[in-house]
Amino acid sequence: MSVIVVLIGASLIVAAGFLSAFIWAVKSGQYDDRYTPSVRILFDNKEENK
Amino acid sequence: MIKELTHEQKQQFGVPSMEQFSYDNLIVKNFAIATMVWAVVGMLVGVIIAIQLYLPALNLNFQYITYGRIRPLHTNGVIFAFVGNAIFMGIYYSLQRVCKARMFSDLLSKIHFWGWQLIIVCAAVMLPAGLTTSKEYAELEWPVDILIALVWVIFAINMFGTIAKRREKHMYVAVWFYIATVVTVAVLHIVNSIELPVSFLKSYSVYAGVQDALVQWWYGHNAVAFFLTTPYLGMMYYFLPKAANRPVYSYKLSIIHFWALIFIYIWAGPHHLLYTALPDWAQSLGTVFSIMLIAPSWGGMINGLLTLRGAWDKVKEDPVLKFMVVAVTAYGMATFEGPMLSLKNVNAIAHYTDWIVSHVHVGALGWNGFLTFGMLYWLIPRLFNTSLYSKKLANLHFWIGTLGIIFYVTAMYWAGIAQSLMWKQFTAEGILQYPNFLTTTQEIIPMYVIRSIGGAMFLTGVIIMIYNLYKTAKLGSFMANEAAEAPAIFIEKKKGSGEKIHRFLEKKPMKFAILATIVVLIGGLIEIIPTFIIKSNVPTISSVHPYTPLELQGRDIYIREGCNTCHSQMIRPFRSETERYGEYSKAGEFVYDHPFLWGSKRTGPDLQREGNKYPNVWHYLHMQDPRSISPGSIMPAYPWLEKQDIDIAGTEAKINTLRKLGVPYPFGFENTANDSLQRQADKIAADLQKNGAAVESNKEIVALIAYLQRLGTDIQVTKSAVK
Repeated sequence: MSVIVVLIGASLIVAAGFLSAFIWAVKSGQYDDRYTPSVRILFDNKEENK
Repeated sequence: MIKELTHEQKQQFGVPSMEQFSYDNLIVKNFAIATMVWAVVGMLVGVIIAIQLYLPALNLNFQYITYGRIRPLHTNGVIFAFVGNAIFMGIYYSLQRVCKARMFSDLLSKIHFWGWQLIIVCAAVMLPAGLTTSKEYAELEWPVDILIALVWVIFAINMFGTIAKRREKHMYVAVWFYIATVVTVAVLHIVNSIELPVSFLKSYSVYAGVQDALVQWWYGHNAVAFFLTTPYLGMMYYFLPKAANRPVYSYKLSIIHFWALIFIYIWAGPHHLLYTALPDWAQSLGTVFSIMLIAPSWGGMINGLLTLRGAWDKVKEDPVLKFMVVAVTAYGMATFEGPMLSLKNVNAIAHYTDWIVSHVHVGALGWNGFLTFGMLYWLIPRLFNTSLYSKKLANLHFWIGTLGIIFYVTAMYWAGIAQSLMWKQFTAEGILQYPNFLTTTQEIIPMYVIRSIGGAMFLTGVIIMIYNLYKTAKLGSFMANEAAEAPAIFIEKKKGSGEKIHRFLEKKPMKFAILATIVVLIGGLIEIIPTFIIKSNVPTISSVHPYTPLELQGRDIYIREGCNTCHSQMIRPFRSETERYGEYSKAGEFVYDHPFLWGSKRTGPDLQREGNKYPNVWHYLHMQDPRSISPGSIMPAYPWLEKQDIDIAGTEAKINTLRKLGVPYPFGFENTANDSLQRQADKIAADLQKNGAAVESNKEIVALIAYLQRLGTDIQVTKSAVK
């Protein structure tokens, strides 16, 4: 069962990676605006803008 | 009249200048075509194997189209070829737009596309040829595993490159889902595919028995999580709002959905091994996380459905939205069912049955299939600058597909529950009511027929769609490069924050995170695996010995023919199972099993205690024509096994490889292994001859019989099994 060390290790590394990504996202202001991005994606086509 | 600002004025006022660029639509179109082609291939194989389950003669005594070999072809075909290409189609379209940037490199896009198709073609050749590792959804042999890793890295570079040069500071939630997919799939694939090559097209998993099972289902579950779910959620968050032309119900919820989901998902794998020889605490851990998963999953589903609030009149009109609504609903059903199936008491009934097959098809046909169709119906007219050729045909597709799903899953739920209850049924006297496994199979044959009809209906819908989209493409004209413009990104530079390293990290958080992950993983794996894994394979049951060379060859034939797709080798500690099959399985029995062969489905009976249950000649006749021994059996015939020679040239390499993995074959044994093999084979052949079956001792059937007769005999069997 020592293989669980590998699995938990790999899982923790992935999780730690995502945790740092999360902290980065929050700190860099990715989530300061929690509404506009959802609308913005609707207006990326030139024709649809008109 | 409004005057345009001059370039100098813009700079003076800090107004970013508009940059002109174009989106690469050609790569999207290519992946769309590949999606449709492989959909037909993968689903057609699915229909064929569905029919083979009640018409076993459909393999035409031809090994390359026999169930055990083409069932992996179906699963790989629909998961990695159909869904895989659909993921790339959706990501390449939406990523460019939410990042307001063309893909990082057209060349990498091209290599990614053709590399992936090459992998699929390799799989389509190798799997029917019997070249398989036997590990579900990871069947491909090591050269292809390496190819997959390379192509995946190319995809990752292309994606992160695009994100890095984005012109939109905020990363839309879909992008996060794509990042999770790329990173996690890479890690899963690498960890689960660590195998030691025996030859160019054969390898043994470095893990054995219980450990191999745990790694496999850690991978298997997360393949569902990060290949079939996260990319599709990202695409749902892009294409559903686009198709409905309204923002997602709650953007905040979508962010919570993402982070909660990825932190929980990766721990749920052990729920595939409930009541097996896996230690109890690991089983419970898997169950707890599986139950928790219902929260983020349903948050996401509700968010998707509520996006359509006040727009249900559009759903009535628009086939794209119809497909998407059913897809999101199927996601909700599958993610409710998943946690329920992870409860040990529910799992005790559902495991090994068609219930699980039903569960995955709610996800595959409903969630992945229908979201893909919705995306295709939305995308193709846009790529070709026209409108859909026929709404009527799209609606026909929708209904025939939906009915197909209902036929399929209802029949399979019925079959699964009915058969499981029959397996567990005791008479008032306390003996098994249906001691003959075949009785329970016969009971559900009508369900198998209905299932194949449902599958065929679903496939018919796909063919209608392809015709419709082909006609649509003909109506319009394709635009390979779609012009776009966006202001250049304005990145705030922090002043005086000191250290250079810190600044570097802030500038390239993604690149850094990825590099760190890869470096740490490689280092950790190289360090840990050889020491830990091999040391821990010290046998815990003294009577358990390595396979003889002949048995080993037989085991490799068992793997080649995919016997494990229908037969488990894992008896759970229930009275209904120990009465039927014999003593329940112990972890210590599998320490030399590279790879493990526990199986996940009992289309036929468990084989863990098959050894010494029947005479050799029974197996011989059974493999030649199962119905001559068990009338009504649905097992295919394997007549080629008595014609093909055992691959004795490979014995030495096999012994050497396994010794490296910790199997205690004495040094020098590889040189005499074939003598030992010959002696054992002669004995079996003589016994067969005595009983009227004239077989030469160098034929594959002899090796397979040797392996089957060895199964489960290492530990003292106290009870004679009832069958």
